[in-house]
Amino acid sequence: MRTGVFVCWCGLNIGGVVDVPRVVEEISHYPGVARAVDYRYMCSDPGQQLIKDVIREERLDSVVIAACSPGMHEATFQSVAASAGVNPYRCEIANIREQCSWPHQNEPGEATRKAIELIQAAIEKVRGDEALSALSIPVTRRALIIGAGIAGMQAALDIAEAGHEVVLVERLPHIGGHMAQLSETFPTLDCSQCILTPKTSEVGRHPRIKLLTNSEVESISGYVGNFTVRIRRKATYVNWDLCTGCGLCTEKCPSRASSTFERGLVKEPAISIAFPQAVPHKPVISAEACGHFTKGKCGVCEKVCPVGAIDYQQQDALFEEKVGAIVVATGYDLHPKAKVGEYGYGVYPDVIDGLEFERLNSASGPTQGQIRRPSDGKVPKEVVFIQCVGSRDQENGYPYCSKICCMYTAKHARLYKHKVSDGQPYVFYMDIRAGGKGYEEFVQHATEEEGVLYLRGRVARVFQDGDALVVFGVDTLSGKKVEIRADMVVLATAIVPASGAKELARVLKTATDQYGFFSEAHPKLRPVESLTRGIYIAGCAQAPKDIPDTVTQAGSAAAKVLALFSAERLSHSPAVAAVDEELCSGCGVCVEACAYDARTLDTRRRVAVVNDVLCEGCGACAVACPNGATRQKNASRSQVFSMIDAVVG
Amino acid sequence: MNSCPELLRPCWQGFFRADEDEWRGVTASLPPDGGQGLRERRMRYPYFPGCTLRAKARGFESSALASAGALGVQLDELPNWQCCGATFPLQADNSFSLVSPARTLASARKMGERLVTLCSACYNVLKRTNHVMRTDADRRDKVNAFIEEDYRGDLEVVHFLEVLRDDIGFDALARSVKVPLGGLAAAPYYGCLLLRPADELAFDDPEAPHILEDFLSALGCRAVDHPYKIECCGSYVALEPGDLASGPSRMVVESARTRGAQVIITSCPLCQYNLDISQQGARGHSGVGVPVVYFTQLLAIALGLSEDVLGFEGHVISPGPLLRSIGAMGSEATA
Amino acid sequence: MRLTRDVVSGENRRKLRDISGEEVASCYQCGKCSAGCAMTGMMDLLPHQVIRLVQLGHIEEAAASRTIWLCASCLACSARCPRGVSLPNVMESLRVTLLRPGERHLDPAGLPAEVLENAPEQALVAGLRKYT
Ligand SMILES: Cc1cc2nc3c(=O)[nH]c(=O)nc-3n(C[C@H](O)[C@H](O)[C@H](O)COP(=O)(O)OP(=O)(O)OC[C@H]3O[C@@H](n4cnc5c(N)ncnc54)[C@H](O)[C@@H]3O)c2cc1C
Ligand code: SF4
Ligand code: SF4
Ligand code: SF4
Ligand code: SF4
Ligand code: SF4
Repeated sequence: MRTGVFVCWCGLNIGGVVDVPRVVEEISHYPGVARAVDYRYMCSDPGQQLIKDVIREERLDSVVIAACSPGMHEATFQSVAASAGVNPYRCEIANIREQCSWPHQNEPGEATRKAIELIQAAIEKVRGDEALSALSIPVTRRALIIGAGIAGMQAALDIAEAGHEVVLVERLPHIGGHMAQLSETFPTLDCSQCILTPKTSEVGRHPRIKLLTNSEVESISGYVGNFTVRIRRKATYVNWDLCTGCGLCTEKCPSRASSTFERGLVKEPAISIAFPQAVPHKPVISAEACGHFTKGKCGVCEKVCPVGAIDYQQQDALFEEKVGAIVVATGYDLHPKAKVGEYGYGVYPDVIDGLEFERLNSASGPTQGQIRRPSDGKVPKEVVFIQCVGSRDQENGYPYCSKICCMYTAKHARLYKHKVSDGQPYVFYMDIRAGGKGYEEFVQHATEEEGVLYLRGRVARVFQDGDALVVFGVDTLSGKKVEIRADMVVLATAIVPASGAKELARVLKTATDQYGFFSEAHPKLRPVESLTRGIYIAGCAQAPKDIPDTVTQAGSAAAKVLALFSAERLSHSPAVAAVDEELCSGCGVCVEACAYDARTLDTRRRVAVVNDVLCEGCGACAVACPNGATRQKNASRSQVFSMIDAVVG
Repeated sequence: MNSCPELLRPCWQGFFRADEDEWRGVTASLPPDGGQGLRERRMRYPYFPGCTLRAKARGFESSALASAGALGVQLDELPNWQCCGATFPLQADNSFSLVSPARTLASARKMGERLVTLCSACYNVLKRTNHVMRTDADRRDKVNAFIEEDYRGDLEVVHFLEVLRDDIGFDALARSVKVPLGGLAAAPYYGCLLLRPADELAFDDPEAPHILEDFLSALGCRAVDHPYKIECCGSYVALEPGDLASGPSRMVVESARTRGAQVIITSCPLCQYNLDISQQGARGHSGVGVPVVYFTQLLAIALGLSEDVLGFEGHVISPGPLLRSIGAMGSEATA
Repeated sequence: MRLTRDVVSGENRRKLRDISGEEVASCYQCGKCSAGCAMTGMMDLLPHQVIRLVQLGHIEEAAASRTIWLCASCLACSARCPRGVSLPNVMESLRVTLLRPGERHLDPAGLPAEVLENAPEQALVAGLRKYT
């Protein structure tokens, strides 16, 4: 064996603690080492050139780089080795920074000794390394997008426009997400539907977008480039292929259901189309409300439908789709009503949340856009807006800031003033977080030009007193307790992940944070990649964000998908598990142990089989196997023992 | 006899002297040709003294006029001036208080294109009033209707310091110095009225002014920079019972004193009063008083003018001992 | 403190706006004005707190503070205010709400003799302007 050892100073990061010249001196005498050299920054261009030169001069067959974590530069050094003719899987990293010089800053002598041992262990490992070549896997150039809010739609359009097919799954009967419920949008106050409908109709008619509404993902198998997805399309009891969307059924239906789209502010027919611009513009029967299902009596819609589209017998349908990449765009929900008792949310009809206010202000909403309070339809003259409800509240809600409510509250207060010019809006806030282009100006406009009174402080309590809602608040700026008899109270409730987000994450085998927001691979450098290869995240599914940020992230998730699709084949690390069929007893312990479904049992031959491209090389199976039949390529038992010997021996 | 615009009756304390020729006399007594060509380009400007310079701050005016004369500047006192009002009115709905300064401006315009002031307050009020007359058509019409003029603010209100800097030049001033002040450590004090509001006055950098420093350097003094030079002295709050303005004033004096200032210069009689009187009690503790003088008084000394024009009167901290100790004043002088 | 729309945007708030020419709603209570005011040592309310009371429509309470008489109109605050609020104008408008109906905050006859004797005329005229 001819191994070269390259010890990096990393400026003072390593060199300031570890005695690098001594390390080089000691290591150069270690068995199998042809040459040991050091350099100030091994990852720099001259550093890489040095490695190549030494490989050629010494005709090396393996290298050990003693530097930072393999997470940082393993790929760099592997490709340097490969370019100079050394098999990249015979390039090992000894992490003498994160695992040595940083934690042992105050004990340089010990650090030097440990660095030597870590390098010796790496030399022992490289001694047993096989020359491997990367696995190559095919890519299905078709994407699945879960959630058809503005995030999902944007990603779908971007991918479809680039020429690839998209399967867009939305659990509601229509697409558009929460944006469809908004009236006007900050910071420009343009009408939400007006900027949304061009997108929804484009998605609805795009030849490369397969739209599955009223549907949910049931299960997923496979791996990056090759996922198989099972989708359940829930029964709508209307045959959408026949339905023309004429709406006769909804006019005649005698049963009533609370409208989810209108956030319970009105009742709608049991068969209904959520809103006039809905895509697809087809009705759904709510089985919980429909007389036919609840009492077995009604059949009005079936009778009036001119095309015979009503189908009370319709069943859920299951589809299977093959895709190469997945974008999760499941968006958000609002903090549940029941959880803010002190504001009487869910008890007093005139205590509403932000989305309810959007509906009140929407021309297609329950009041045709007039601001009238839910209880008696009166135009409210004193309206209190309360920010940070459930947000920034470690004890009763969530510690995080919901990010968009400062802005939409300013928007609400302004829109209210536009409609009720003699009314007085009050906003209780803790801080105003308006860090976006034109955002601070938007908020200042509310105070300066539109007479919105901002009061710094949280509200303690809201209670009904006769006709009024009494608000107990404070203005910490003047140090005064404030009491307002309000006609209506609007709560900026916390943004929480869409219901079912954690369950979906489990199905996708990817991670969420403790609240259910999907975790990105790196908060700064890989913000749209999930922790699972081939799965990307966009919009509020990842964290609360406004429409501009959502669209940006959706575009960038689409770009990642397109980058994946641009490769002929994908490569996969060959350092995976292998089975010695002579030793394997077919007990199946390893199949259980594998977290990546990479193992199956060949029942005919009674041996375990590894699906190389699924195997992440974690080694769980090797540890579990009672027969020593499983070998981890380039981390064999003998390699591991000689590494241990090198350290403790 | 002029009337006090505040009370709309003859000035309540009789500040104005009938005998105004006494003062014109100073302008007339130009020294014999000092060479250096200043004479040739002799400058003449209408000049507004203001009430304080006719009463408690006579030394400010006499030293200024004498120095101006020595430098070849003739300041012609406006014939029929009125008190500027001493403080610029801050009410948007009331233009009445602008009447008196506007009248002054209108009559000055008839004499020339620039009006020179000495007192910071006069400068501030006249310049701000001028700004209103130039930019605010509504208020201009109201005021003009009242004073029966058609004045449009086309006059330049300047402070005497600006004349020294821009017309004479600090280099030329330095060459005219007869009695170099030998490194006298002098702290400039700008206060508020010269600097704010900066967009209207455009006098100097409002946060880091330097015209007084440049002036002091020309006289051969060592200008002592200190952070409180732009802080307020307390102004008319001095009239409130309880010695309220002396707190801020004491901060100003201390800031100059602890940085080595032997003397503080100002161009505002109220600043002079506040800073000086704030040392009344403190003199006992610190044992060191810092005299507060008008910049023109140092100027007159440096130009070697008669001590008669200095007019050091009624100081709590008398500048006499200091100025005598550095040989800037004779031993038997005033003060 | 009860807040209603009549208090917050009522007649007396409008009146103050007319006198001062200032829209105090622009103030976002950063406090920079108070941070630089030379007179705060003697004030009962800091300048930004006076503005706050005006924003809340509590004009009388603002006018009852000692602060409005201690403001020296030095403009240090307005020179640096990031929102272009002219506090000294607001202070003056508050004084004026009391002075115009006839209140005299200063009686020249009651000034101590040594003040009358020594204070420059400028101080007396300015004082009369601001306090009567
Ligand atoms: C009151 C209020 C006012 C607002 N005003 C503005 C504004 O003026 N300007 C602005 O920029 N932003 C505003 N926003 C923010 C804006 O709503 C969001 O930025 C935007 O809607 C996020 O889009 P999204 O696609 O990520 O999520 P969503 O709009 O929530 O869309 C997610 C979609 O995924 C679907 N879905 C969820 N789970 C599943 C699942 N398991 N399977 C299939 N489908 C699923 C949902 O049904 C939904 O259709 C406001 C928010 C609120 C609450
Ligand atoms: S009546 Fe029939 S065709 Fe018309 S909307 Fe209803 S289901 Fe569709
Ligand atoms: S965005 Fe504003 S209102 Fe919303 S949680 Fe954050 S600070 Fe509170
Ligand atoms: S655990 Fe070992 S013996 Fe058992 S099936 Fe897996 S490889 Fe074979
Ligand atoms: S500096 Fe201006 S914005 Fe800041 S508190 Fe004072 S008045 Fe308000
Ligand atoms: S103008 Fe008044 S409030 Fe403003 S800094 Fe000066 S004294 Fe203070």
